[in-house]
Formats: sequence, structure tokens, C-alpha cells
Amino acid sequence: MRVAVLKGGRSLERGVSLRSGARVEDALERLGHETVAVDTGPDLVARLRELRPEVAFVALHGVGGEDGTAQELLELLDIPFTGPGVAACVRCMDKVLAKHAMREAGLPTPDWFAFSQTAFRELGAAEALGDLEQRLGFPLVVKPSRGGSSLGVKFAADAREVPGALVAAFSYDDKVLLERHVEGRELAVSVLGDEALPVVEAIPVQGDRYDFEARYEIGRTRFACPAELGDEEHRAVVEVALGAYRALGCSGFARIDLILGADGPQVLEANAIPGLTDTSLLPQAAEAAGLSFERLVERILELALPVPSP
Amino acid sequence: MSEVPPPPHRRRAHTSTRDLERYAALFAERTRVMRSSAMRDLMAITASPEVISLAGGLPDTSTFPPQSFAAQMTRIAQESAAEALQYGPTEGFEETRDCILQVMGAEGMLPDPHDIIVTTGGQQGIDLVCKTLVDPGDVVICEAPTYPGAVPVFCSYQADVVQVECDEDGMRVGELEGLLEQLRAESRRPKFIYSVPTFQNPAGVTMSLPRRQQLVELARRHELLVVEDNPYGLLRYGGEPMPPLYQLDGGDFVIYIGTFSKILSPGIRLGWTVAPPPVMEKIVLGKQAADLCTSTLTQYFVREYFREGRWQQYIEDLVEIYRRRRDVMLEALGEHFPAAATWTKPEGGLFIWATLPDYIDTSDLLAKALRADVAFVPGQAAYVDGRGGSSMRLNFSGVSEDEIREGIRRIGSVIAEQVELYEALTGEQSVPARTAAPTPQSDDANVLPFRKTAEGGG
Repeated sequence: MRVAVLKGGRSLERGVSLRSGARVEDALERLGHETVAVDTGPDLVARLRELRPEVAFVALHGVGGEDGTAQELLELLDIPFTGPGVAACVRCMDKVLAKHAMREAGLPTPDWFAFSQTAFRELGAAEALGDLEQRLGFPLVVKPSRGGSSLGVKFAADAREVPGALVAAFSYDDKVLLERHVEGRELAVSVLGDEALPVVEAIPVQGDRYDFEARYEIGRTRFACPAELGDEEHRAVVEVALGAYRALGCSGFARIDLILGADGPQVLEANAIPGLTDTSLLPQAAEAAGLSFERLVERILELALPVPSP
Repeated sequence: MSEVPPPPHRRRAHTSTRDLERYAALFAERTRVMRSSAMRDLMAITASPEVISLAGGLPDTSTFPPQSFAAQMTRIAQESAAEALQYGPTEGFEETRDCILQVMGAEGMLPDPHDIIVTTGGQQGIDLVCKTLVDPGDVVICEAPTYPGAVPVFCSYQADVVQVECDEDGMRVGELEGLLEQLRAESRRPKFIYSVPTFQNPAGVTMSLPRRQQLVELARRHELLVVEDNPYGLLRYGGEPMPPLYQLDGGDFVIYIGTFSKILSPGIRLGWTVAPPPVMEKIVLGKQAADLCTSTLTQYFVREYFREGRWQQYIEDLVEIYRRRRDVMLEALGEHFPAAATWTKPEGGLFIWATLPDYIDTSDLLAKALRADVAFVPGQAAYVDGRGGSSMRLNFSGVSEDEIREGIRRIGSVIAEQVELYEALTGEQSVPARTAAPTPQSDDANVLPFRKTAEGGG
């Protein structure tokens, strides 16, 4: 099959995407597919028209690739593509939209307040910060609404740290959220098709709990897969994760990140196109389920293709 | 002739995370400190063509006359092809060292040619010095901020890096003295002090003469080596030349690192190190192990180039270009950066170091700047301990005057948005907006890179 692997682009996660893409290309070639790599740019539509791939493997991360933009174009060009569709991508990319969708579906997610820059610049939202801080408590987490990896995510230990954290988060997006910090175990549930793969737990090696960068560095965070969970815990975690997957309208695959606190699991966010590098969590989870990287890629590809009519 | 079948695959793919772990078990201890970071990923997009990058450290090679390049390479091919394609001596050719003597002579230094080794760029000099001197845990002292490219070298030799603050007169040598006492009390062993005393990368500052004398004296007294990295010394756009540390010391306790990168071409990867004979002996052995010898072909190129006798003219041409670019950048900074920002006013070199209000993290700012298609180096890269978060390094040598103006305008406008936002968040109005104070060309108002200290040598 002729497969175009979409990777790179101008997103801040270009580096990770190039690594994901390269690994996917390798796997596709080994599977015997005709593979063309496309570093997405202004010539994307022209290239896709010229290449006429039978399917596009979207290995893009971040704004522009994971937010529904590329998917919209692929739909327009009538090229089947891997991973969630446009609507799910839009919802997953925007943490605020995702949290609203989950709340509406009755799924647990930490309390939050979201603000646009306009709210602070023109509506005097700063006046409300005190109330908000009181409701969420410290430490609280400040995040750009749209953004991947740990970029722009900061802990604020007290009120004095909030403005700086907001300025940082607004560097990545015009909308940010302030979220209640939930103490607990960090879990990631990868979903393939409609099935949950074994749960991965991220365990900070030492004292790096408030350092999000640590999570992306080998050696500073240990990953356990499958995570050690009691039957009851496991059931609750998977149920919530699959609930989020469905509530956000995901298909193909996605990764749901949760915190398992004293009150059970709470969903932090969903990644429409989780990393596929050799240190990424989805491939680890697949492997724990006995699925090699090739078979994972093959399965993702199958899920992208229209079901043949009988 | 029978056809060789194509290989079944480029390389065996690494199919599982277990594979990765298998390799990880083999990694040396020192790889633990070789870190990748989200910031490095950010830098991956500074290379797009739409981005005006003030992040590089690139000299402008576009004015080097192609005819001259062609003539020199042709001459090498016609007259010395066999030698130029052969291995050469580890120390480098004598003729290359003659060229080096000319360059160092232009700054008033006259080393013994036997103390010189030709290296693959000045960067290899830093590596070889560390290889020769540093055991894991040894202290290496450098400036704060320091050359971002030196940090990974120190780290890969597992040095314990300690930084001494700079101000507009370079490293605060008085503080260094205190630090040496303190290290002695803690029985930590410093091996050398790394400094870029002239037009420092990244800060753009130049060490004052009294501090230079004090530093050399201190090294002598403590029997410590100073590693003087001087890539930019000949790129002076104003002020009086300053004697290199090597000249002041006479080469006993100062190891000197030079390069052709900024006065000719970084692509030829040609630099040199000057060290006292006992140290040089070890450096040569280290070089032999690393790469046997520096490219003979590019050494031949340098020889031919110097034979033309126009190398100084070329530097003068570069100085003209860079001086204008520096001036354009300084002017643009005055126009577009907020009143609360400060920046250095370098008398030479390639960089300006700007410092913003401390609530602005320049790593995050870079993400915003990239959306406006402009890039710089966040200050954190120049520190080992996470400081420098509100500073940035700006390069003016590798971009045109128009791009400098536009790049600084764009950075200025993303900063302005952050300042306005912070003020809205805190109700603070720390510094009156620039527009409120109509002082045209308030030239030196912001040109105060670091707090002036009472320390000697001002």
C-alpha cells in the first residue's frame, strides 16, 4: 500500500514528531508498504495531490498537526488517515474543551478555571485571581490550553508565583487554565481501536515531582508497564479512560493521561496523536500487550481504512 | 560483473523499548549528564526559512570571494594533490602554524611554534584540554554566563562546573578569589578557569585590564591553569585593543585556544591550542586518539589563503559589516525593547546579551517568538544551574541589517505583550512605558548589562 507519513511541520513539537515519523516509516517499510515521508509545510496539499497516497499516517504532534488542521485537509482530499478525526482532534488538543466534554459526560477531571488573555487585558480578570486561588488551593497547576509535552506547564506554590506562571503559559496559547493539583499516581492509558492497552505508570525517580521536564528525560522518570494496580483500581482507571476516549469522540487510537488520587482516577488530558518514539508510552503499552511496534503500526493503519462493505 | 544485491534494509530497526533498555545498560556513566531537553526540541524549528534567526553564532561567509576560493583550491589540486589528500602530522603542518603565528602576532602574542597544535575547530581545543586535565568530580570554573557550547564538553568529562558572575568588565575576579579559598576549604580541586575574556560569548563583555592582570596573577599564585578562548579578538568595532591573557602571562599558566572560524570560515573546522610543553605532550596524545590529525585539505587551503596576503583585509571588511550590524541591532533594541530591559554594548564579537524583567522566562518567550517567526538563544543555555532565565543571546553577525531590524522589532513586540499582561495581572507599573518618556536616542540608558560592582578593575 502507498502510505504517506506526515511528520515535522512547524509545531513546537517538531523534534518529537520527526522521531515518531522516522520510526513509523521504518516499520512501514519492513511491513512491505511503499512509504513516502512528508515534512508538512506550505506545499502539503500539492504534495498529497501529486503523491496520491492510499492512506496517510499522521505522525504530527502539537498545533497544526494534532489539532485537526491536517486532518481537515486530508478529509477534503479524500485521503483516509490514521488516528482520531477532526472533531476529536480539536477537542483533545484544547484542554479546556476536553475538560468541558468530560464534565458533561460525568467523567472526573480536576477542577479548573480557564481564561483568555482578553479576560486579563480587558475584563480585569486579575481581580478574580484571589477567589480562584482560594477555591483551587495551592499548589496549583497553570497550563496553556493547547500545547503538548510539558511546554509552558508550571506549578505555582503560592499566590506570588501565579502571575509569572500565567505569563509563561500565555507564551504558548491565548487561553490558559489554572487547575487544582491532585496528589496521586500518574497513569497513562493508551487506547487502540476500542480497547485499552496495559496501563503505564510514570514514577519520578527522585524529588522531581514538580518538574514536568523530568518526565521526558530518560533516567529522571521510571515507567512501569503494566502499572501495579489492584483489580478494583484497574477497572476504575480503564473505565474512566475509555469513557474519556468516547466522550471526546476518539477513534483509531489515543492516550489518556490520568491521576490516581485518594478519590479515584481523574483525567488530566487526552492526546489525539501520542508520541510514537522509542521512549513513548503508547508503544510501551502495546509491547506489554504483546504487540510489536510493526504490529502496532499495522493495526493503526487497518483502523484508518474504511471497513470494506460486504 | 555480478550485481551486488541491495541490502535488505538500511539498518536493523529497534523494535522494542526493551531494545532501548538493552543499550541503556551499556551507556557510560557520563551520558547521564548529557541531557536533551524540550528547549532543544524548540530549537528544531529555528531552522525554518521563514524564521529570522538571531539564535545562531554564524559569521557571514557570503562576502568571501568565490573566485579566490576557486583559485586556491585549483592551485592545491594542481600542485599538492597527493599531500593534501594524505594524512598529516598530529600537531598540524608547520606552514599552518606559521599562519597561526601571524594571527596571534596581530594581537601581540608570540608563542613558540612548538607549543601550538592545530585542532579541528577551537571546540576540539576545549575537549582536548578537558581530556588532559579533568577527572570526574574535578572543579572547572567558568564565567556566568558562559559559552553555551562549552557546557556539554565540561559535563561529558563529569566536571563539577562552578560559575563566577560577570559584569560589564568581565568575570568578577575578586569573587573568583573568594571561590578558590572556599573550594580549598572544602577540599574540592579546581583544575582550570575557562574564560572568553574578549567580546565574550554570550555576554558580549570584555574583561578590563586590571582584572586580566589580577586573573593571571591568581592563576600563578594558585598554580592553576587559565584556558583563554579567544575566537573574536580581531573583530573589534570600537575601543582600544586589550592584551590577551596569554600575552600577560607569557604562556606559563595560560592555555590559549584560537580559531579560523570567525576570521575566515567555520566550515574548514580549523582551530588551534597553545599550551606549555608538558601539557602539550598530553594534548597531542589525546588528539592522536581522537582523530589522528586535523584535515590536511583545509590546512592546505589556509596556507594558500595566507599566501595571498589579504587575510587582514578580509577581516577589516568583516569588521565594517559587523560594526554596522551591531549598531543597527543596538538602535533597534533602543527602539523596540521595553524600558525595563537592559543589554550589553559590545565593542566587538558577534553577540549582544539582553536581560528582561525577571518575571519573563526567555525559554517560554522563545515559543511565543517562534510563532512570530523570530528566534534567539534563551539565557538558561549559558548557565549550568538554571539561572539566566530572563536573559537572551542575540547574534548580529549572521543576518542582514534589515533582518536584524525586523527580528528585534518582532521580539520587542512579543516582550511588550508579556510586560503588559504581567502588569495587568499584578497591577504593577514597574517602569514607565518608553513612549511616556520622550527622550530621543537615550543612548546608554539601557546599556547596563549587569550591576556595576565596587570590585577593582572598573
